Amino acid sequence: MSRGGGLRTYVLTRVLLAIPTVFILVTMVFLLMRVAPGDPITAALGAKLPAKELEKRKKEAGYDRPIADQYVEYLGQVVTLDLGESVTDNRSVKSIIVENGSATLELTLAAFSITLLVGIPIGLLAGRFRDGPIDVGGRLFAIVIYAFPVFFLGFLAQLLASKVGWPTSGRASPIVDFDLDKISYFYVLDSLIAGDWNAFWDVLQHLFLPALVLGLTISGVMIRLVRVNLMQTLRGDYVEAARARGISERRVVINHAFRNALVPVITVAGLQFAILLSGAVLTEETFNWPGIGSELIRYLDERDYIAVQGIVVVFAIAVVFVSLLIDLVNAFIDPRVRYR
Amino acid sequence: MSAAEENAAILEVADMRVWYGTRGDPVRAVDGVSFSIGAGETLGLVGESGCGKSTLGRGTLGLLPPMASVSGSVRYDGRELVGMDPKELRDMRGPELGLIFQEPMTRLDPLQTIEKHFRETLRTHEPDLDDDEVRRRSLEALAGMGIPPTRFKQYPHEFSGGMRQRIMIALALVLNPKVLIADEPTTALDVIVEAQILGILADLRRNFDTAVLLITHNLGIVAEACDRVAVMYAGEIVEQGDAREVFAEPAHPYTRELLRATISLETTGLNYIDGAPPSLIDPPPACRFHPRCPNAMAVCAELAPEETTGGGGQRVRCWLNGPEERIPEGGREPLEREEIAAAEEA
Repeated sequence: MSRGGGLRTYVLTRVLLAIPTVFILVTMVFLLMRVAPGDPITAALGAKLPAKELEKRKKEAGYDRPIADQYVEYLGQVVTLDLGESVTDNRSVKSIIVENGSATLELTLAAFSITLLVGIPIGLLAGRFRDGPIDVGGRLFAIVIYAFPVFFLGFLAQLLASKVGWPTSGRASPIVDFDLDKISYFYVLDSLIAGDWNAFWDVLQHLFLPALVLGLTISGVMIRLVRVNLMQTLRGDYVEAARARGISERRVVINHAFRNALVPVITVAGLQFAILLSGAVLTEETFNWPGIGSELIRYLDERDYIAVQGIVVVFAIAVVFVSLLIDLVNAFIDPRVRYR
Repeated sequence: MSAAEENAAILEVADMRVWYGTRGDPVRAVDGVSFSIGAGETLGLVGESGCGKSTLGRGTLGLLPPMASVSGSVRYDGRELVGMDPKELRDMRGPELGLIFQEPMTRLDPLQTIEKHFRETLRTHEPDLDDDEVRRRSLEALAGMGIPPTRFKQYPHEFSGGMRQRIMIALALVLNPKVLIADEPTTALDVIVEAQILGILADLRRNFDTAVLLITHNLGIVAEACDRVAVMYAGEIVEQGDAREVFAEPAHPYTRELLRATISLETTGLNYIDGAPPSLIDPPPACRFHPRCPNAMAVCAELAPEETTGGGGQRVRCWLNGPEERIPEGGREPLEREEIAAAEEA
């Protein structure tokens, strides 16, 4: 049928289009790093090492070569996912991304689940029963929670959690962290693989607080977004037409209004997710969460261009990947999103 | 003799009012309207934009927003619809009373196939239908509208406007309603498709004895497709009767002006009615048309006209048509009106 054909073409085109996008992003990151004055070695270690030593290190790292050669080598690194070593602490960028990136991704996934679990039902109820108690309460909650700075909300949550003896910082208790076999670097997953229930509970407790704070903050936006979209679709022509055919109000709302209201929400939710991946720095700092955002800030402070370059490249790829995912999900839900 | 008088009326609306509550005064979209339609009869409801035609159509089915209040009486097949339990009324929408709309492009859910629309509609009213039967009846209804079965599983955006309107009609007809309210069904479509749709409506009344309320602002459509016509102005029906009689001998100045404003191949200049439709929040007193009426008399601004019988047997509300004995002395003098300031008109 035409549907299958159209969808296949669409998916294929979108995936193929992502490749040049990534290429352009990667190139831009490279160029930005070279436009900045000085080379990575001088920038990071300039004040700490004698000039002779600096020259030696620059030569070792290949920064005396023509920029085109450096670019080709850099592309090779990106393709093989070997993004070099940080200048300041000789950590491989790959391990930064695996260890800290997984922490961020784990937090983001948990927080985002909370955002969806809170935002979508409240938003739908608020939009359906406009000006009712859920709508008024939901709107108030949305504004207040969004206006609260994360660190304030975080401190408040930490205060409450400490009263009941829940952990308030880090990814796991030190002993659990030390003992845990890190396979996926997702602690929740790793503790499950190990079958260690004590560790699992410990990790879950640590994850809960930052995920809750981050998730609730974003849920404010989600509530309002879902609410306003539902109000719009409830006034839609096809909704009135369905009512005119005697379809029950429940079916009209669930089958027609809800589904159509969620189409634009998917796009915005996906972009929120992408922003969370790189932008949860405040939450990470507040809860001492070893995420990639706080790591990026640290390397920026130290002017460690190699580490920054590697992390930014991964962010860029992640954002492209997430927006590709949004497009694909939208195409599956909305038949109009196809190439013909 | 018109069909309505031969058959018992299937839909009888009496003194219906629909007021929209706004923060200030209510909008009197429909203000004391009465008409009836018999089985197999087509009644055309004409009037300018914003005169309450669409509200009247929706109000008949109880499909109004919560802020609207309805009074009066709408009797379908002997049952009173105004004030009926919403659930009971909902079950009647579809199998008894169908409604098709003006803008076919946005009336189908874009995320659902045509098949799903039909399945949902049929299953809502006949929950025991099996899949084969749903399919058979849907395809039959679609075939009647000239939509081939190969397109059953397609999405709304894959159809043209005219096809979508035919699908909407098929969706309404698959339940065999006894009354079909068509709210400007051809306004958004080109003339070829318009002719198709009018043909479909004509077949309907011939083959299924369906009563049709055809809401339109196009007098040509009324002349072509309707047995009777009701002319609506500012929330009221000012003239109604046999379509041919009314068109041959319009008794109300508004009807006459409307007819004069239609264009044909011989038209050399545009006739129009001065002024604009009045506000329905604060309509003119007495006869609502008097500020724009070329024949207005002193009485027209003083007393609301009563219903009388016109030369063609139509019912009309206009003092020109009497009753003579009710017009006060001096009431026949031409109305002296204050000049409408240009600024006010703008």
